Amino acid sequence: MSSSPSLTFTDHGIYCAAGDFYIDPWRPVERALITHGHADHARSGHQRYLATNAALPVMRHRLGEINAQGMPYGEVVSIGDAQVSFHPAGHVPGSAQIRVEVAGEIWVASGDYKTEDDGLSEPFEPQSCHHFITESTFGLPVFRWQPQAQIAREINDWWVACAAAGKTAFLGAYALGKAQRLLTMLHADIGPILTHGAVEATNKVLRAQGIDLPDTVHATAEIDPKAYPGALVLAPPSALGSAWARKFGAQENAFASGWMQLRGVRRRRAGDRGFVISDHADWQGLLDTIRETGAENIYVTHGYTDIFTRYLVENGWKAQVVPTEFEGETLDTEGKE
Amino acid sequence: MKRFAALFNAIDQSTKTTVKVSALADYFAEAPDMDRMWTIALFSGRRPKRAVTTTKLREWAAEEARIPPWLFEESYPIVGDLAETIALVLPPNETSSDESLSHWINALRALASVEEEDRKAAVLQAWAQLGGTERFVFNKLITGGFRMGVSQKLMTRALSRATGKSEAELAHRLMGNWHPDDTTWDALIEAEDASADASRPYPFYLAYALEDGPDALGAPQDWRAEWKWDGIRGQLILRDGQHFVWSRGEELMTDRFPELARAVDFLPPGTVLDGELLVWHPQTESPASFNALQRRIGRKTVPKKLLAEAPVVLHAYDLLEWEGADMRETPFAERRAVLERACADLPAEAPVRLSPQLDFDSWEDLAEVRSVARDENAEGLMLKRADSPYLVGRKKGDWWKWKLDPLTIDAVMIYAQAGHGRRANLFTDFTFAVWNGNDLVPFTKAYSGLTDAEFREITKWVRKNTLQRFGPVRQVTPHHVFEIAFEGIQASPRHKSGVALRFPRMSRWRRDKPLQEANTLDDLNDMLRIYG
Repeated sequence: MSSSPSLTFTDHGIYCAAGDFYIDPWRPVERALITHGHADHARSGHQRYLATNAALPVMRHRLGEINAQGMPYGEVVSIGDAQVSFHPAGHVPGSAQIRVEVAGEIWVASGDYKTEDDGLSEPFEPQSCHHFITESTFGLPVFRWQPQAQIAREINDWWVACAAAGKTAFLGAYALGKAQRLLTMLHADIGPILTHGAVEATNKVLRAQGIDLPDTVHATAEIDPKAYPGALVLAPPSALGSAWARKFGAQENAFASGWMQLRGVRRRRAGDRGFVISDHADWQGLLDTIRETGAENIYVTHGYTDIFTRYLVENGWKAQVVPTEFEGETLDTEGKE
Repeated sequence: MKRFAALFNAIDQSTKTTVKVSALADYFAEAPDMDRMWTIALFSGRRPKRAVTTTKLREWAAEEARIPPWLFEESYPIVGDLAETIALVLPPNETSSDESLSHWINALRALASVEEEDRKAAVLQAWAQLGGTERFVFNKLITGGFRMGVSQKLMTRALSRATGKSEAELAHRLMGNWHPDDTTWDALIEAEDASADASRPYPFYLAYALEDGPDALGAPQDWRAEWKWDGIRGQLILRDGQHFVWSRGEELMTDRFPELARAVDFLPPGTVLDGELLVWHPQTESPASFNALQRRIGRKTVPKKLLAEAPVVLHAYDLLEWEGADMRETPFAERRAVLERACADLPAEAPVRLSPQLDFDSWEDLAEVRSVARDENAEGLMLKRADSPYLVGRKKGDWWKWKLDPLTIDAVMIYAQAGHGRRANLFTDFTFAVWNGNDLVPFTKAYSGLTDAEFREITKWVRKNTLQRFGPVRQVTPHHVFEIAFEGIQASPRHKSGVALRFPRMSRWRRDKPLQEANTLDDLNDMLRIYG
């Protein structure tokens, strides 16, 4: 084992000296390893990018011309003195945990992850390691997710009720990941599924890389809403209630997010309905994962870091908070996750 | 409980009044009598007595959830609601229950008389049988504060739809001293004669604030003006040789104001007065400030000394019942004339006085009158349309309160705390300070006055500018100056600053004002001298 840690936390992000690279850096660097394509992890301006093959198309779509290389899951590559591999994080299609081994010391930077198989993202695979960097977006015992099938029932029942009342069902969800996950949960025989431009653009990228998604109609400014009675419209939360949305006449608005677990947030933000579904691990998911890694050293970032860390320390882990420039998916940005 | 939980969800999931009212109306049409009685009771603030302390609830919940107590306490302010936090941390329910709302309420009430061990067992058993919303509602029944976006007004509207009776009649039926144990759906809602209870008050008529002055109200001669007193609104009922005093919040205050008992000696039975309870010493020209009244509020029994130091009288400004007849349809000017006759011969020792009407010929005149309201210890003026009936609840048009502009002071935000319920996760509760030399001295808290967007903005700022945490309270970098508006100021030895404000709120975010230019403790003391 090396005397200094293989990964360190710098003002640019997580740094590996042995391989001279960063993981999800937030300032421009020479070499960036990216866990997934969400904006707070995949920033623009790096010289070289390395990500999973499945994550690259979305990153190219969002960041434009980048010098990027793809990797299959599980394949080990040597970067300097570090052995690096990408492993499914189950967060969104293409998302990965990054495993770094230097002289026998194993670190895993998990990025964002969820433990439930959503049928769309490559299912999460816990990695044995000595040092585990975990998120804690929902690191409180009040967050416990219901199985996806149950949420699917709730959403479809709501859609049926909207259609029966002659209303268009607007479902707000983040354009990358959550929207597509919801798409696979919807019963297409209830009615047509329409998409906002931001969602459709991501759909197009994912379909092109061979991901099977149900048929959708891009709800451009020109389409006639009356031609789609009983429709459900998938849109980013910011588009709900916009001039574009109002064109559809009578409607109900719902949000799909882990934050909808909290009644206060639901009432403040949710319009008519809030569905509790998240692409992050819940409290139990976080704890189970940490146990499964077998890691003794836990680094907590993004979310309820102080509280989660204190709990881990009380329960025998060597845990510490890792500062981050981005608060990630806090309640300020609750629509986006 | 399932039916009530479904009602709760239907109401909670919608922001639309029509949806809430029809969900409630459907519930009232279908639910068993005891359940609908309890539903009415809950939505009109008649919750069952608390059978378990919240301390115990928190302890048991953390234990069941297998989490340390500190973790429960950290989670609570983030969720923003105790009943909800408990419902969320507990493991999923093992079984389910088909018992009704009234069953659970009665089960809870029975807990008051058993040993703590059995109390705990019963609560744990309920938690194991109730999931999701049912569990949350059960916890709410214990912790109280049943706010779910349904005002009593909305409930009355739904009841009206379910029963075909008018809202005004139902509002009157639901007033006063009833309890689901002592009455029935038939007696309370359906029976022909609803006047059986001598203590039953009339629903209060409430005024709207007049924001832009009276010019738009039309001809001044159509209006009557009175002082807007800074006391407690009260209804004095004299029937069958008894007297009852009700607060606007439908609380029976008879025992708190024993001096009003003598009213039966001076006014005939079958009289109901609407007025303001004020501390008023017999020899003085104007009432004592609200601070004096504050000593009487909350005291269920009043020691003789306090009774002498802070004697309360009712300043009557409306007559709702006279000689046993409901006067509310009679135009205000006529009600007033009868009231004046009734009060004409009251001796000085009577605990009732007539609240005077103020003379004016033009709105300009009236503005002059208003400008000296503070000298009378009044908050401003009340304007009442001469030909208006006495309506139910807050209705626009006939009654207006034209308050004085508040006092203001520019202060520095130094502590922030997250709000509850709808405002959980937002920093909405702030402590403000003024300068004393180079020190900032905290002098008030304020919770309201900013828009949702401003609260979101300040929340982000607080997260980034926290200096220190004290539990849920964050000390922030002194930076932002806010104009604090308030209605009154008094000396208070309990506060570090030596003053206490009445109704403080944030009236403006002074982004233009540098930190150093906030007001000083001397400025506050000057205000105390003038207005205290």
